[in-house]
Amino acid sequence: MTTPTPKPTVATVWLDGCSGCHMSLMDLDERLITLAGLVEVLHSPVVDQKQFPQQVDLTLVEGAVSSEEDLHKALIIRARSKLVVALGDCAVTGNVPAMRNYFDRTELFARAYVENAQEPPTPEERQVVLPVVGVPPLRPHATALHEVIKVDMFLPGCPPPADAIWYVLTEILAGRAPATTTVSRFGQ
Amino acid sequence: MTKTITIEGVTRIEGHARITIELDGNGKVSDAQFHVTQFRGFEKFVEGRPLTEMPGIMARICGICPVSHLMASAKACDDLLAVEIPPTADKLRRIMNLAQIVQSHALSFFHLSSPDLLFGMDGDPASRNIFGLIRDHPEFARDGILLRKFGQDIIALLGEKKIHPSWVVPGGVNSPLTAENRDLILAQIPAALSRAARALDYFHTVRDHYPAEVDVFANFPTLFAGLISSAGLIEHYDGALRFVDEHAAPVAELTDPHQYPSMIGEAVEKHSYLKSPYFRPRGYPDGIYRVGPLARIILAERCGTPRADAELGIFRTRLGRSPQSSFHYHWARLIEILYGIEMIQRLLEYPDILNTHVRSRARPNRLEGVGISEAPRGTLIHHYRIDENARMVWANLIIATGNNNLAMNRGVLQVAQRFVDGTHLEEGMLNRVEAVVRCFDPCLSCSTHALGQMPLRIELLKSNGELCDVLQRD
Ligand code: SF4
Repeated sequence: MTTPTPKPTVATVWLDGCSGCHMSLMDLDERLITLAGLVEVLHSPVVDQKQFPQQVDLTLVEGAVSSEEDLHKALIIRARSKLVVALGDCAVTGNVPAMRNYFDRTELFARAYVENAQEPPTPEERQVVLPVVGVPPLRPHATALHEVIKVDMFLPGCPPPADAIWYVLTEILAGRAPATTTVSRFGQ
Repeated sequence: MTKTITIEGVTRIEGHARITIELDGNGKVSDAQFHVTQFRGFEKFVEGRPLTEMPGIMARICGICPVSHLMASAKACDDLLAVEIPPTADKLRRIMNLAQIVQSHALSFFHLSSPDLLFGMDGDPASRNIFGLIRDHPEFARDGILLRKFGQDIIALLGEKKIHPSWVVPGGVNSPLTAENRDLILAQIPAALSRAARALDYFHTVRDHYPAEVDVFANFPTLFAGLISSAGLIEHYDGALRFVDEHAAPVAELTDPHQYPSMIGEAVEKHSYLKSPYFRPRGYPDGIYRVGPLARIILAERCGTPRADAELGIFRTRLGRSPQSSFHYHWARLIEILYGIEMIQRLLEYPDILNTHVRSRARPNRLEGVGISEAPRGTLIHHYRIDENARMVWANLIIATGNNNLAMNRGVLQVAQRFVDGTHLEEGMLNRVEAVVRCFDPCLSCSTHALGQMPLRIELLKSNGELCDVLQRD
């Protein structure tokens, strides 16, 4: 393959979301084939490059910022991406992940790992094995992406429909600023 | 000196996870752990919210199988209302559920796992993905994309949205099926069947190329669990929850969903946000069991549709009634794709399918409700308690992928022991460790409803934590 100008590079990242926004991207269906010809997807949950690339033209971010790891990734994304798009309501507002913000983390953990578990056999013992090894700590609150990094564009929707994602991608690739609210809305 | 290898960010799986592998002084693998690294808290944060919101909120546990959560949640709500849903609504829910199983299995097989089979476990990581498939195997990729589209289009025709439709409601569904939409779906059946048949033809050409993988991809005896119909047929929406042993002999059967805690316990482990359910009568961790497509086809006498049964016959002739290697999840998934397409057609041909009575209405009549359904990845349980005002006071969720957690952990260890040699690290070894996880098609945003995400970096650490070697993909 010898192309005179290199293709624009794209990354997609999944923070604290349900993957629905990525599935909506997969719902481009045959347009994925077109997309594969237009851009180079360097990093994404569906490809194997584990580390975020040193430089990328456009990054789509799904999900809220919920764990310390999410925050760490967000900062790397910002430092290495020309354009960052908050993809979907979780990234745009915090949405469903932020519903946990009404509760303290200890209460959330107590429900999941002490109350709703049977092994180890006593609540006291379960209290001691709360997941802490090899898992990232939760931040006190799950927040929208723009609360921790500068976001260049917001595409609402839960998830944004594939057509809206396509419109945004093709407008950006054509060098235009897409009018995102004309193609999707919150909670849709 | 002991060392630890970390696979940071397991990819081409549906969620957030990492794997650590511990080596003993001789560089041999002594232990391995699969960490799920996302926690979400649904069981707690739904407290105080109205019951009617539950299907909509619970679907947001997962964007890959939102329909499964809609089903289990709506069934728990039906239980709380103490209603029977209209027969047409039952069939329509089943159609949407099967459509989702087809699309999700297509995603797992074509988009996520087939790159390992087409490019090889040691293939170039930069091509080993859906975009590499599109470039090098365009027809195959197109079949996968269009099979997934077949399922997603049905979901949208019924519920107006491909992801997170709000059509499944307590008491039934929101709107009936129109004749026009029924015909649109029926018209797609033949093409979908031939795509599934081509995928199977292809699979038969490569399935014997991976004897070493078959040997150690979570290949050990366990119980299997899943729903089964009263006629012993494969079942995804209703029916009894059955446990069978490694010879497919029944061990236990649950007909009253409320009794599930007598059979399933949940264990907490320090190293993962994902809990480990176990079969309670055998205790923890001996009560290890597996769920999902392989479990379902082992449990069932047969599928009940002609093409799927023909393929199941080939499967059993080749592998026996209950093969224990999780590598065979791939084949089982393809059989279920066939079954799903055939069954959707059968359901659409029922004379009452266009009936407009599709919702039973009632106020809550019970304070506790349980819904069990089969998600693409296995048995899913939603259990709710409400107060007199129909507000949620408590929830417990046992998620399909969670049921496989013990088996995934043990499988990761088994593969690591075979393929990982601590004296030098190769990408292909690590990919196999991830590939065993992909067999289970874990849906970690789900399983971590409660908790779910995966990134791959392997670190060799000395016992004092000092870094001595790193391998990562970038
Ligand atoms: S915006 Fe909606 S679809 Fe997207 S990740 Fe959040 S809950 Fe899922």
